[in-house]
Amino acid sequence: MIGAFAELLERLAFTPQRNRKLDHLRQFFAAQPDPERGLALAALTGDLGLRAVTPSLLRGLASDRLDPELFAISYDFVGDLAETIALAWPDAVPGPEVPLSELVAELQDTPKARLPGAIAGRLDALGPSQRYAYLKLATGGLRVGVSARLARQAVADFGALALAEVEELWHGLTPPYAALFAWAEGAPKPISAARAPFRPVMLSTAIDLEGLQALDPADHVAEWKWDGIRVQAVADQGARRLYSRTGDDISGAFPDLLAALDFEGVIDGELLVRRGDVVAPFNELQTRLGRKSPSAKLQASHPAALRAYDLLLWGERDLRGESFATRRAALEQAVVGLDTARVDLSALLPFSTWDDLAQLRADPPDAVIEGVMIKHRASPYLGGRIKGHWFKWKRDPMRVDAVLLYAQRGHGKRSGYYSDFTFGVWDGGALVPVGKAYFGFTDAELKELDRFVRNNTVERFGPVRAVAPKMVVEVAFEGLNRSPRHKSGVAMRFPRIARIRADKPAGEADTLESLRAFLSN
Amino acid sequence: MTVTPLITRPEGLYCPAGDFHIDPVRPVARALITHGHADHARAGHGAVLATAQTLDIMALRYGEGFTQSRQVADGQVRIGDVTVSFHPAGHVLGSAQIKVAGVGPSVVVTGDYARQPNAACAPWEPVPCDIFVTEATFALPVFRHPDPLAEIGKLLASVAAFPDRAHLVGAYALGKAQRVIMLLRQAGYDAPIYIHGALQKLCDYHLSQGVPLGDLRPATVARGKKGDFAGAIIIAPPSAFAATWAQRFPDPVICFASGWMMVRARARQRGVELPLVISDHVDWPELTATITELNPSETWVTHGREDAILRWCALQGRVARPLRLVGYEDEPE
Repeated sequence: MIGAFAELLERLAFTPQRNRKLDHLRQFFAAQPDPERGLALAALTGDLGLRAVTPSLLRGLASDRLDPELFAISYDFVGDLAETIALAWPDAVPGPEVPLSELVAELQDTPKARLPGAIAGRLDALGPSQRYAYLKLATGGLRVGVSARLARQAVADFGALALAEVEELWHGLTPPYAALFAWAEGAPKPISAARAPFRPVMLSTAIDLEGLQALDPADHVAEWKWDGIRVQAVADQGARRLYSRTGDDISGAFPDLLAALDFEGVIDGELLVRRGDVVAPFNELQTRLGRKSPSAKLQASHPAALRAYDLLLWGERDLRGESFATRRAALEQAVVGLDTARVDLSALLPFSTWDDLAQLRADPPDAVIEGVMIKHRASPYLGGRIKGHWFKWKRDPMRVDAVLLYAQRGHGKRSGYYSDFTFGVWDGGALVPVGKAYFGFTDAELKELDRFVRNNTVERFGPVRAVAPKMVVEVAFEGLNRSPRHKSGVAMRFPRIARIRADKPAGEADTLESLRAFLSN
Repeated sequence: MTVTPLITRPEGLYCPAGDFHIDPVRPVARALITHGHADHARAGHGAVLATAQTLDIMALRYGEGFTQSRQVADGQVRIGDVTVSFHPAGHVLGSAQIKVAGVGPSVVVTGDYARQPNAACAPWEPVPCDIFVTEATFALPVFRHPDPLAEIGKLLASVAAFPDRAHLVGAYALGKAQRVIMLLRQAGYDAPIYIHGALQKLCDYHLSQGVPLGDLRPATVARGKKGDFAGAIIIAPPSAFAATWAQRFPDPVICFASGWMMVRARARQRGVELPLVISDHVDWPELTATITELNPSETWVTHGREDAILRWCALQGRVARPLRLVGYEDEPE
């Protein structure tokens, strides 16, 4: 029913914590029958496939019912079109509860010319929060902070299923996922009928030089760990797909690479923007990510390429049970004949001792390398993060000493604590904000930071406090990109507060100039 | 209209014929006060005329010396050339609309007012007038406040769903806090309700005025453990959430009772997990219905979102003008 769905959206929208979101979703799946829960799931994962209802259609509807000036004043205040219409739509007599299935079918089947009338009729029969849920359903974008993966995780939790199995199955399933929910409730696992399905990706565990001492270098190979997006490229009887490591289908954004997947099989690799031998930094790849249909111009300026790490299937052959060495030999054969501008091989690194590897890692030949991967020669290809086969030895994080500038309170267990921090570095005589971090510190450090914020607040902006620029924190981060959206012109990746530098006066914190030295482009 | 009974001054609304201000934002010689919220009722005036409850509340908040002399508004009061009278506004305990008559057209100044039933104060009364001086806090078509008991139902459902968590309800100390408590009682919740220390005096005062708030206990844990408040409802002024005070509760659900909670972005900005749309102001349908019902010859708008209500009046062919008074908050803290 749309009422239950509206309530779910409301809860999710106001629940910042991931685990709580999972709780809400699980409770919803348990309480709702098929096909309602499956349609809600599809709405969350973006798989409902409704013809999108456009903002201009909605504006037209609103101006039929409301004075345009009053609507404009309202929209200006609320800031969200669907929400403004949901709230300002003149109340009629709410009708009986409507199942999602009825609403979805109507949005799918109604001819375009009759769609505005059908939507207006529904809005007349729904209460305000249901109108909101309905409009969000109709327009796509739910914006409740639930990724497709989190939604699948909730289904897995609901049925005590392994997430990897749900993800493997996902692309063979269609809304309203009755077979999936039946499986979650004890029926046998559905059989995937889809071509080019996703296979669970093998992940590594972190290691360092000390941990490596227990391993024999001769049993292992090493490769560069590229800073792109780990993907699985699948070509199966004409169907070609590119999946993220969580099983999200990102094929649509990369038609140029898809065209080069001229084989039958499954290759595991890194998605990069690459021009000849030059790999572009991560943020160039990012510009291509969210584009559902990238322009020819963008495809030409930011060409997508795959750097192959592993081979799961080739022709009729399933290689996942074979050793890495066997798969690697097959992979080397497999890439021969593919367009080298689009698909190339990840190089194996020459080393005989871990110290050799440490030296390579300390001075990588390319800025877009974020460490090394170490793989046991005998390791089979296993989905999930299985210990003992693959290891990542990441480049040490970059570090900068920054000054705490603003703080905001956290949620849930951190309620009442200032736990979200904005920090800055010196630029001339002024401090310019360069990032935000809300983790990395210990509980004891959190208390110290909280106390500092309370005792040193100089100004309040709603929930945000500006603090006297006195406390220096060491911020660790994984990379630095140029960003025209930030005042500082740079954006950190995964910044976190590594420690409090009580020993350092604010005047000795780092400068924007020294931070810029970390730029990868 | 040749005579203007009220004019605007930097201090607020001023009546020349009676030489007094209504809800002045700065100290003046003689003030008429509509209700006890801090942006309307300030300390330091020479003389204050208000309802007995508003005078009591001002004394509770500012101390007995909040004014040099005070007078309880009772029936028709003659001041200079005008007669003033106070009529219930349904906003908070003691709140009143002030009618000024005798020189030129009659005027009703609403202060803040609400028309939803509120068990913590007397209900709003329609007062006929020539000029209706209204607030416009929630004067946008998007504000249509739902049934407050349904909102309280959401809170109780959340308490049932998360018995291990404390529910912290942000509610302003005067009015909203007692309204929420009374709504909980109306919904059949008879367990103790825990209150922040800042609410104690005003809750005690409501009890003394015959508002049956039920079993209230201080939300303090002198020797307590975190688990003590699992499943409990705690009411506190929203500002307390920013204080270390909030750290004592087990994984709290932050709730906020306010008319603003209708708008998602507003609720999220405040870090609210459970928004409760409970307002003590008129919403859009109530405001427009009130103007229609009273049918004044002019409508003046004191503070809030005046653009929309002026537009509505224009569409209705009604005379309206904005006073753009400054110093009044959307909702007092």
